[in-house]
Amino acid sequence: MTDPILQLNHVSRRYTSRQGLFGRGLTVHAVDDVSLSVGNGTTVGLVGESGSGKSTTGRMALGFEPPDDGEVLTHGQPVPRAGSPAWRKMRANMQMIYQDPLAALDRRLPILHQVREPLDIHAVGDAKGRTDAALAVLNSVGLGAEHGLRLPHELSGGQRQRAVLARALVTRPELLVCDEPVSALDVSIQAQVVNLLVDLQARLGLSILFISHDLRVVRQISHRIAVMYLGRIVEYGDTDRILGAPAHPYTQALISAVPASGFHRKRILLKGEPPSPSARPSGCAFHPRCPEARAQCAAESPVMREVCDGHHVACHLAIGVANRAWEQT
Amino acid sequence: MLRFILIRLLRAALTVLLVVTFAFAILRLSGDPALSILGDDASPQALAAFRHAWGLDDPLWVQYLNYIGAFFRAEFGQSMRSGEPALGLVLSRVPATLALTLPALALKLGIGLPLGVLAALHRGSATDRVVMAGAVAGFTVPSFVLGLVLVQLFSISLGWLPTGGAGDWQHLVLPVVTLGIGGAAMLARFVRSAMLEVLGQHYVRTASAKGLPWNAVVRRHALPNAAIPTITIVGLMVGNLLAGSVVVESVFSWPGIGNLLVVSVMSRDLSVVQCILLLVAITMVASNLAVDFLYGALDPRLRNANVSSTHSK
Amino acid sequence: MSDSINPARAAGEEIRRAPLAVPRATRMPLSVSLGIGWIVLVVVVALAGDLLAPHAFTAIDLRNRLAGPFQAGHWLGTDELGRDILSRLIASVRISLLVALGATVLSATIGTSIGFLAAHARGKLEQFILMLVDFQAAMPFLLLALSVLAFLGNSLSLFVALMGLYGWERYARIARGLAIAADSQGYASAVRQLGAGPLRVYVRHILPNIASTLIVSMTLTFPEIILMESSLSFLGLGVQPPMTSLGNMVGFGRGYMTRAPWIMFAPAAMIVVTTLAVSVVGDWVRDRLDASLK
Repeated sequence: MTDPILQLNHVSRRYTSRQGLFGRGLTVHAVDDVSLSVGNGTTVGLVGESGSGKSTTGRMALGFEPPDDGEVLTHGQPVPRAGSPAWRKMRANMQMIYQDPLAALDRRLPILHQVREPLDIHAVGDAKGRTDAALAVLNSVGLGAEHGLRLPHELSGGQRQRAVLARALVTRPELLVCDEPVSALDVSIQAQVVNLLVDLQARLGLSILFISHDLRVVRQISHRIAVMYLGRIVEYGDTDRILGAPAHPYTQALISAVPASGFHRKRILLKGEPPSPSARPSGCAFHPRCPEARAQCAAESPVMREVCDGHHVACHLAIGVANRAWEQT
Repeated sequence: MLRFILIRLLRAALTVLLVVTFAFAILRLSGDPALSILGDDASPQALAAFRHAWGLDDPLWVQYLNYIGAFFRAEFGQSMRSGEPALGLVLSRVPATLALTLPALALKLGIGLPLGVLAALHRGSATDRVVMAGAVAGFTVPSFVLGLVLVQLFSISLGWLPTGGAGDWQHLVLPVVTLGIGGAAMLARFVRSAMLEVLGQHYVRTASAKGLPWNAVVRRHALPNAAIPTITIVGLMVGNLLAGSVVVESVFSWPGIGNLLVVSVMSRDLSVVQCILLLVAITMVASNLAVDFLYGALDPRLRNANVSSTHSK
Repeated sequence: MSDSINPARAAGEEIRRAPLAVPRATRMPLSVSLGIGWIVLVVVVALAGDLLAPHAFTAIDLRNRLAGPFQAGHWLGTDELGRDILSRLIASVRISLLVALGATVLSATIGTSIGFLAAHARGKLEQFILMLVDFQAAMPFLLLALSVLAFLGNSLSLFVALMGLYGWERYARIARGLAIAADSQGYASAVRQLGAGPLRVYVRHILPNIASTLIVSMTLTFPEIILMESSLSFLGLGVQPPMTSLGNMVGFGRGYMTRAPWIMFAPAAMIVVTTLAVSVVGDWVRDRLDASLK
């Protein structure tokens, strides 16, 4: 049994900022005791609102930021420090794509050049071979040679994101971390790009960590889903399981907001505002907004427990709720 | 506020230290003083004795510390040409230089500021174009050419003014005018762009839209805000009071610091050159410090902010 | 045809990021055309100097000393040693231009590299570099140059190296600022994320993107270096005989101001007109680049 391509074990990341000249330092727990793993060839979707720490988790997964606690492993080995030669070599094997493809591309260089660049950086093969490989990868994302000759601003948003994808895949990485990759695109284009990712995963055996706030997109592509709230994972399990029988009240609220044909769910509205990560509520961080909150929730922080096979929840009320049939047919 | 002052003072001190280090570095790079003073045919024992007497055989960092110590004690050695103490020689020339640069500064401010403001207020008009053309001309004509042209015209052809040297007020006119025009041109250009930038801001248009007469808008909003960056330039000019007249003093054979500097450089009178360098550095640093404090007092944005960036000039 | 959330913003972004789109309808002002014409003339003369000069610039003709201008064989007259002034002028222009060009490129290279170093290093090294930049910006260059010349003597290579330090701090500031901005924009960090080493990021990506701003700075510094070199040569501390430069000629011609003013005025006029032309053209180029960058 080989080690999974990515493993985060009890990873935490804190930021301290100073307020004013003489203020006390504020510690923000951006990520708090997060554990997850991405199996080879599968997709894990990481869902949460802004401020939930999902982007930071993604960055730590690739070694951009070192965890303050815990460890980040790839195939059982710790990820090297960012900027070091070992880390740079590893980039060929793990890549990231972001929300804004225009910002990720050099506006002066044609697409083909930029897709080819990772091969130049890692000195793979010879010049002709690299150009051919770049063209091949462009084709596999649905772009042609004529797109390769254009500059980034001459392409549409969807095409640009495909180009960024092509660039990320040209070195045949094992792991792809996507941070809100389709959030800036029109809905119809979103579906195309996500389908493309699913397709590529099947063909290349790619493992994906898909970070997004949009459940509709996440459910298309993920085998497993992890839900984050204020830096902690509150629920974790197979996609069908999470979507069909969510155990955590937060997850339930998220899913109830997603329109789904054939289902008639009651929309759960959360009260209050999402709290700031620097002002963390006591006990369970979700309790001020939770429709099911009890006294215990304010006092004690829940521990992650396995509810049933592969399905983990961190909630005092989870047992019992998990079996509640709440879909209406 | 205290922190603001302390940071600025620390930076000023570091800058002076940097200049002293620079002087030390080029002094050491300039070759073996023993050889240059005693000559090539001096005996090895004489050279060794000289080096020992001057502490030249100490390790480098000891020499560096001694050098800094000497600077603080204001021991600048003696002029190799005349034998008199370098510091005294340099200081004796200061009044002559100031006699040129202070009136020139007045001229720069008196001509440059109003013309710059005028050009900005009448942007695009004939006045603006004339002023800007004049400014460009004043900026591109080097001071020595301007000086020589003035001498050719007013001394040689017309015979109204003397060609050079010091003496009565007539000797002052041409050098002061030469210095003043170049600086006025640069100032006018700068003030114009500072004013234009301010005039394009929203608060100026708002003030005018409120019904405030244009004069008042300019006086109360535009000018004070444009003054702030202008102060930096003026501060640079003040800092340059001692060093800015090097070329002009040469052209007019004016017995000031600039002239002394050129003569000392040519005769490689290192102690005098050093002394001038350090003196000018101190003047520059002091003037920059004054500008920084003035900024802090005038610009409310800087007073409370935790600013530790380099301010752009 | 926009896929982004805000079509207007995306469209604006695309126009803003378009390559240098020069609008066709702008007229070139007369002064700029004249300026360009003059620069071309000067460059041609400097390059073809030896072919154009009627005499070798060191050729001495003692029987023809201090001859006035506008005569056959010596259109600009001769100097105190009978050397043809026109020929000397041509040779001087070549040297002054070469020094200014070399110094501009040198200071741009040095300054940009230091700026990138500061942007890359952050922390203490960056603070130290910023201090150096402040120091250089505060101290009058003439003074520092004179000190160096006093202590280290004056050979042509030393002089050019010295001039090559004129204005480095401007490029350092620009390069550092723009490199930091490029990072936050994303493409620099995206390439770094691909595994590129810092050298590749700076040279292949950041540098080409900031090149136009640097070039603008170079057009400003170039005339200033011409002026600085002439001033130093005028004082006798710059280009030394038998090499001749424009400032040099003015300096030596000064002694004959009363008897033969043309010795002095030909090079002086040359300095003024050339600097003026370069400034005017530089201003215009800068205005065009600024407008298209906005």
